Amino acid sequence: MGRLRRTMLYVPGNHPGMIRDAHIYGSDSIMFDLEDSVSIKEKDAARHLVYQSLKTLDYGNTEIIVRVNGLNTPYGKDDFEAMVRAIPDAIRLPKTETPEDIEEADELITRIENQIGMERGTIKLMAAIESALGVINAYKIATASKRLIGIAIGAEDFVTDLKTTRSPEGIELLTARSQILFAARAAGIDAIDTVFSDVNDEEGFIREVRQIKQMGYDGKSIINPRQIDIVHKLFSPSEDEIRKSIRIIEAIKEAEEKGSGVISLDGKMIDKPIVERARRVLELADAVKVSYC
Amino acid sequence: MLNGIGREIPEEILGIGTMRSFEKIITNGQVKNIQRSGERQRNPEKNKILDSIETAIRETGLKDGMTISFHHHFRNGDYVVNMVMDAIAAMGIKDLVLASSSLSEIHAPLVKHIRDGVIRRIETSGLRGELAQAISNGIMDIPVVINSHGGRARAIASKELPIDVAFLGVPSCDSYGNANGYSSDNSAVSACGSLGYAKVDAQHAKNVVLITDNLVEYPNVPFSIPASQVDYIVVVDSIGDPKGIVSGATRYTNNPKDLLIAKQAAAVIEASGYFYDGFSMQTGSGGASLATTRFLRDRMLAANIKASFALGGITGQIVALHEEGLIKKLLDVQSFDLKAVESLKNNPCHYQIDAEYYASPDNAGSAVNQLDVVILSALEIDLDFNVNVITGSDGVIRGASGGHCDTAAGASMAIIVAPLIRGRMPSILDRVNTVVTPGYTIDVLVTDQGIAVNPLRQDLYSSLKAAKLPVLSIEELKAKADRIVGRPEPIKWEDKIVGLVKYRDGSVIDVIRQVKKGL
Repeated sequence: MGRLRRTMLYVPGNHPGMIRDAHIYGSDSIMFDLEDSVSIKEKDAARHLVYQSLKTLDYGNTEIIVRVNGLNTPYGKDDFEAMVRAIPDAIRLPKTETPEDIEEADELITRIENQIGMERGTIKLMAAIESALGVINAYKIATASKRLIGIAIGAEDFVTDLKTTRSPEGIELLTARSQILFAARAAGIDAIDTVFSDVNDEEGFIREVRQIKQMGYDGKSIINPRQIDIVHKLFSPSEDEIRKSIRIIEAIKEAEEKGSGVISLDGKMIDKPIVERARRVLELADAVKVSYC
Repeated sequence: MLNGIGREIPEEILGIGTMRSFEKIITNGQVKNIQRSGERQRNPEKNKILDSIETAIRETGLKDGMTISFHHHFRNGDYVVNMVMDAIAAMGIKDLVLASSSLSEIHAPLVKHIRDGVIRRIETSGLRGELAQAISNGIMDIPVVINSHGGRARAIASKELPIDVAFLGVPSCDSYGNANGYSSDNSAVSACGSLGYAKVDAQHAKNVVLITDNLVEYPNVPFSIPASQVDYIVVVDSIGDPKGIVSGATRYTNNPKDLLIAKQAAAVIEASGYFYDGFSMQTGSGGASLATTRFLRDRMLAANIKASFALGGITGQIVALHEEGLIKKLLDVQSFDLKAVESLKNNPCHYQIDAEYYASPDNAGSAVNQLDVVILSALEIDLDFNVNVITGSDGVIRGASGGHCDTAAGASMAIIVAPLIRGRMPSILDRVNTVVTPGYTIDVLVTDQGIAVNPLRQDLYSSLKAAKLPVLSIEELKAKADRIVGRPEPIKWEDKIVGLVKYRDGSVIDVIRQVKKGL
C-alpha cells in the first residue's frame, strides 16, 4: 500500500522550536508552512530557516512537505528555488484554482531539478483547493501533473469565498469535500481534509474526523500534535474489522485451492469489492502496527 | 515518711529503688483548675497565646548563634519566614542558623538579613529567585546546606541538626496548640493541607512557636501538630497569600511535548513489570510527571489494575484517581492544590504523614521504601544517570532537592522524565553540573525522543525492549541532542564553595561553587 497520510502536521516556518521537534509526535507527514502562518516581514527568514532545517535535521521516515507561497505572490518563485534544493518529499501549492497553476509549478520544479542535476520528478506536488473555482476545476487540477500525490481542501478561504462561515456540522463544506474526493479518486491520488482549528474541542474534532473518514478521505491536516493520536486511532481498523478481513482472505485462498467458483463466508457471498476492502484493512493494520513501533 | 496527703510511704524498696513521695501540685496558686471561664480554663499550665512574635522570641530565649526552623508548606505565598526574621533582626539577634524545609522567591528579603549578619548559615531543600542568585554570587561566608526532605528529617530527629526554636505557620490552631494545615469546621483562609514537613520540627525542636491567622475552638480535631509539642502561639492577621500557597489546580499541562513524554512514561510503567494490581507510585511536580497519571489511568482501567497507594506530594490529579477508586490510599506529606487540601479533609483514606515517616533513611518505616514506581523530573542528567535538580544551565541555584534522592533510592523503579532538549540546551550531559541524586538509584530516563535504561537494570531493559518501546542507550540519546544543539560550553566557576549538597544520609554528594563574576 502507498504511504499513509492520515495526519499532516502544520508547522509554522518561522518557529525554530517547533521545526526542531516536529517529527517526534509521530504524524505521517509534516507540512512546514511558508505561507499564511508567516508574516510578510518574516518570509525570507522563514524560507532560510526551513531550508537549513531540511538540510540539517533528521526527520526519519516522516514525509516532509513544504507549503510555499503562490507563484502569483512576490515570494513564490524564491520559495520554489530554495525548497526544491532542500529536497522535501513534496511541495504544497496553496490556493490552486486552475490546472495552469499546477503546470506552472511543475515546469518551475522541472527547471530547478534540471539545474541542480536532480532526477526529474523527484519533488512531488500537492495542491490545496480553497475557492469555488478550484472546486469546479478539481479533477483537471488533480490530473494536471504526474508529480501530484494528493489534493487538499482548505476550508477557511473556501467558506469566505462562498460568503459563509464554518459550522460544526460542516454542511457548507459537503459539496466541496465530495467533489475534491471524487477528483482525487478519479485521478488515483490522495484526498486530505482541512484543519480543525479549535484544539480544545476534542468532541467536535472527533466528529469531524469520523465524518471525513467515512466519506473516504485519506487523512487530515492538523494544527496541534495533540490531535495526532485521535486521528490515528479513528483511522485504525478495529479488531473486529481485522479479524473479519483475515477470515475473508482465508476463505478466498481456500476456495482458490479447491477451485470452487462461488465463495461464501457465514452464508454470505464474497465478491471482489469485499475482498479488496479486506485487503486494504489488513494492509492498513499492518502499516499502523509498523508506525506504532 | 508521710506523703503530701499524709500516707506512710517507705523511703526505699529493695528491687525497685528509692520512692518519690506524692506531693500536691500547685499551679498558678491553685491545686485544681476551678475557674470555668475563658483562657484560664483552657490553659491551666500557662497561657500559650502571646501578644506578639517579639514576645514569643523573647520567651523562647532565642540568642545569637542558635538554630531556628521553618516549613515551606506555604510555598511562594509564605509570610511567616519574612515576618519572623524581620522581628528577630529588629531585636538585634545575630549569627543564626536558618533551617527551613525549603525557601522560594518570596524569601528575597532574607538577602538583607544575611548581609546584616542576622543569618550566618542556611539549611534548606531549595532556593529560588533573588536569594538563590545572591547565594550563587557568593553572598554568604559559610556554604548553604542543601538537604533532601528525608535527609533533613533524619538530621533533625538524630539531633545532627538540633533546632532551638521552630516557628511554624499553621492554618488552624486552638488556643492550646492543636494545629493543622486545614480546619474541619471552617474554611481556613491559608489552608495548605498536609503539614508533613512541619510535624518533624514540632516533634524535635526545643521550643515550638505556632503562628496562625485562624484561632479555632479547642480541641482542633483532627490535628497534625498536637498541643503536647507546642510551647507558644502567636495570632497574626495573615500567615500567607492563599494564591501562592495552593493553586486552584496544579498545572494541567497541554504542552504536546510534556504529554508525549508522559505517554511514554506510562508505557514504560506498563511494560516494566511493576504494573500489577496493588502497585504503588509517586509523581513529582513537573508537568510531564503529573501528566503521566492521566495516561496511566487509561491503562489501569483497561487492565483492571488498582494502585495500593500514592505517596509524597499529592495533587488534584492523584486525588481524582483516588476518588475514582483507582488508587486506594494516599500518604500525603505535602498537598499541592486545593483539590488535594479538600481531599485530605474529606477522604478518610487520604492520610497525612510527616517527612521522617515519608523519607528518612534512618528509620524502620520509611514509606519511600514501599514504592514501586516514582516519576521524577530533572534539569540535567548525565551519562552515569546522575541527576541535577538544583542548579540551572547557568550554574545558578534555581531548584530544590526535595524528595528526589529519597524516592529514587526507595522506589523499585525511578523514572526521570525530561525533554531531550530544553530551549537550546541538551538535558543529557557528560557530567551534570551538580549531583543531587546519584545515578545508580535512577533506573530509566524517558525523553520525547527515546528511552534509556540504566545498564544496571538489564531486567528492565529486556522488558521495555520486549514491549517494543523506543529504547536507546543514553549515549545515543545524548548524540541525538548534540547533533541538533551542539555541546554547551562548560560553566565557569569561581573557587569559592557556596553550597553543600547533602545526600539523604547526611554525607556530602557534591558542592556548588560561586558562579563566575562578570558574566
